[in-house]
Amino acid sequence: MSALKPVRAITAAQCGLISCETCKLLARPAHPEDPGHCPRCGGELEFRRRRSLQRTWALVIAAAVCYIPANMLPMMATTTFASSHADTIMGGVVYLFASGSWPLALIVLVASVMVPLGKLIALIYLLLSVQRGMPGACHQRARLYRMVELIGRWSMLDVFVVTFIVALVQLQPLMAVQPGPAVLFFAVVVVLTMIAAETFDPRLIWDSAANLENEDD
Amino acid sequence: MTDPLGAAPGASSQPLMACQECDLLQRIPPLPIRGEAHCARCGHSLAARPSDPLQIPLALTITAAIVFVVAITTSLLGLSAVGRHASTTIIGGAWQLWQEGETITAAIVMFCAVIAPGFFIVLMLTVLLLAKRAPVPHWGGEVLRWCLHMQPWSMYDVMSLGILVALIKVAQLASVDAGIALYAMGVLAVLLPAIMVSFDAREIWKLVPCENKATASARAVEEADFLASGR
Repeated sequence: MSALKPVRAITAAQCGLISCETCKLLARPAHPEDPGHCPRCGGELEFRRRRSLQRTWALVIAAAVCYIPANMLPMMATTTFASSHADTIMGGVVYLFASGSWPLALIVLVASVMVPLGKLIALIYLLLSVQRGMPGACHQRARLYRMVELIGRWSMLDVFVVTFIVALVQLQPLMAVQPGPAVLFFAVVVVLTMIAAETFDPRLIWDSAANLENEDD
Repeated sequence: MTDPLGAAPGASSQPLMACQECDLLQRIPPLPIRGEAHCARCGHSLAARPSDPLQIPLALTITAAIVFVVAITTSLLGLSAVGRHASTTIIGGAWQLWQEGETITAAIVMFCAVIAPGFFIVLMLTVLLLAKRAPVPHWGGEVLRWCLHMQPWSMYDVMSLGILVALIKVAQLASVDAGIALYAMGVLAVLLPAIMVSFDAREIWKLVPCENKATASARAVEEADFLASGR
């Protein structure tokens, strides 16, 4: 960023210091194994988020498993006295597109199909790159992580759509809309990936770069 | 722009801090109003200085509290078809989902639509009112911590878009009219991010005293302390 290149990147962890995740106070841990709590805000101090990789893997795998039924099962079922039909997520997108509101079809397609899938792929890539100790592309990976954090909540869109259609269209016996089993899986995917983004520690990306730098010395 | 440690030894009047995303130690220079400091290595936003970090958020939070009450109590959408009328509120939407057997989804919707934003507004109001009379008690820090955790789960922006999509889908079946809550929700979708932008958590943390009791398991890093440790 700045014109003069940092002489040598020194991280807080290398100095035995911990930056509180909540209030950003730089604190000296009571004991390296058991850092204790932040003296200012009372948050738990950790050099790196505890078992970040294992936890994130677990959440990502769980989310990936739920992603399949979320897309295969029906999101909602419309019942009129003549007929009844069920729509999956893609069915909903096609319906919106066919009825002429293609900008909304695009939004739903991006928010409910591409964003969750992209998030899963991005998190798996970040996890693998950290585990393999990949040194390069730190800036790109940091940007990717920030994007995952930022757009994650927008996948909640379809859950809200279903909630309010179900709540609104209750004109028994003329017409009623029931939520399908996919709603649960879909909501779970969104929540799990949001938590996964929170448990992943972006500092690990930079740690592998720093380790390599040290080996050069 | 910040100084990575050692690059500009002159600017050492500011306390040291570590980037939350890459852990690089650096000093934040005194910021001009509306200035923003980014990490020298990864570019993560470290600190920003809004023009009035306590008064403007307080005004916005009080507004948000009023709008929030309106949003959850009034009718969100009304629908009429073949002489029948139905309307729903935000909580009614979640309740309907619950009755259909989707209890977990209903709980998630309820959390993102009512509980998280409600807590966010109440806790933010508490923090800002506490900050009016320094020193802030120690639990003030705890309150702010929870408040910041609630923020990403308050999804009025996503919800507004979701309701728009729902409206268009339903509009083809029956005539729909927008209730007051829909507008209130649109206002909240703008207000909640506005509170976060105009608010500077550093101003609050400055007022929170560090615990000096023997129970405090870790201690804040003093400058002399750091230099003595021999880096």
